[in-house]
Amino acid sequence: MSNSVHHVRVQIPYHLRNLARVEGEFLLAVEGPVTIKSVLDAVEQRYPMLCGTIREHDTLKRRAFLRFFACEEDLSHQSSDVELPEAVASGKEPFLIIGAIAGG
Amino acid sequence: MSKVRVLVGTRKGAFILTSDGKRDNWDVSGPFFAGWEIYHMKGSPVNPERVYVSQTSSWFGQLFQASDDGGKTWYQPGVKPEDAGAPQWPPVKSNRFAYDASDETGKPLTTHQWYDGTQRSWEFKRVWHVEPSLADPNTVYAGVEDAAIFKSTDGGANWKEMPGLRGHGTGPQWQPGAGGMCLHTIILDPSNPDRMFIAISAAGAFRTDDGGKTWKPINKGLISQFIPDPNAEVGHCVHHVAMNPDRPNTLFMQKHWDVMRSDDAGDSWREISGNLPTDFGFVIDVNSNEPETVYVVPIKSDSEHFPLDGKLRVYRSKSGGNEWEELAKGLPEKDCYVNVLRDAMAVDRLDSCGVYFGTTGGQVYVSPDGGDNWKAIVHDLPAVLSVEVQTIA
Repeated sequence: MSNSVHHVRVQIPYHLRNLARVEGEFLLAVEGPVTIKSVLDAVEQRYPMLCGTIREHDTLKRRAFLRFFACEEDLSHQSSDVELPEAVASGKEPFLIIGAIAGG
Repeated sequence: MSKVRVLVGTRKGAFILTSDGKRDNWDVSGPFFAGWEIYHMKGSPVNPERVYVSQTSSWFGQLFQASDDGGKTWYQPGVKPEDAGAPQWPPVKSNRFAYDASDETGKPLTTHQWYDGTQRSWEFKRVWHVEPSLADPNTVYAGVEDAAIFKSTDGGANWKEMPGLRGHGTGPQWQPGAGGMCLHTIILDPSNPDRMFIAISAAGAFRTDDGGKTWKPINKGLISQFIPDPNAEVGHCVHHVAMNPDRPNTLFMQKHWDVMRSDDAGDSWREISGNLPTDFGFVIDVNSNEPETVYVVPIKSDSEHFPLDGKLRVYRSKSGGNEWEELAKGLPEKDCYVNVLRDAMAVDRLDSCGVYFGTTGGQVYVSPDGGDNWKAIVHDLPAVLSVEVQTIA
């Protein structure tokens, strides 16, 4: 995957959309390899109010009740430095951040 | 004319109830932060328009919100409304509560007691209580689970643990109550800026006399049958502590069981349960004009968290304890099986002291005459976690 800028589609849960004051899916410019880490770095840089809500401060560990999906695959337990599928990097498929369980 | 602003935290959002000094007609605004657990919200006594909020979620963790216009608009400290959506770095840290483990100031108490008696590491879960400074609107304290106290001096944008509390050395004897190991009460002494009181379930009450550098347990006189040594220095499940600011050496405590009183700033306690029908409960508060008038809401037992016989009752002592009278006028007479949680009672500072409390059934009650008559301001909010009142000139 090239080091050029990729336009990645991201979907986040309802409450985080309210917090970030966005509606629906949004598009992020991600420079270099598109990984979970680089996408989340871009999410937090664009929407700083989300810092600590998807991954913990300091450790950058995924919050326990959130999951990462893309291309019909569960990527939650994948290393955050592994490149995401080309379809995500190309903007064909969105990167999904979802609540792990319903209700509450 | 004075008005009151009642800040209500619930399981599913925050609400603000406002009225004039008559406290008869009410405006209700909210829900704010709909769908989130609002453990506590409280206004600055220096600048009542500054209101702080603890917003939490099992999914998204802790957030911290503030308002500079009395709750009309909100922002996360570090992200002003005008900045929302704008690129900004470094990241927001108003929700970063990191325990101090530094060589310089941290005294890393690495474990506390778990329910089964084994030792566990401290792990931040949520902010239970926010306490704005009496002198500076940008200084605010936070009581958190797992139990510790944090301080911010920049309006909540950054937080630093006051490590002397966990550094006291008794941490391995602290254990969680049924609601978690929470620091739920913070009381600032208006006559002595270096003195603060805190309480933890289940560790007990602590006091600092040097602005939070060092702390000492103040639990002498407490007796708890559920711990190996009922008279232990720490380990007591204190549910709430209250003070009339005009008499800062007198403290009233609702313990797991027992209602207690101290007249020496917590150095010693004596039981004042007296003729209460049950001395289990969560809330306790003191009339703002009459420092010997105390309110509790008796709950049947630690196994059955609802009022006796389905009748919701406040009990009032006008003699500083022991002799209690039932207050029933306007409260449910039957089939009431709600709870009143530890931070869900408050008093205003009007000439005729108003008393307020919220229930897990979503009612918020007010008595504008010190407890004689009650009425529900709202009936159907989500379960109420906390109630605070601002008296605004």
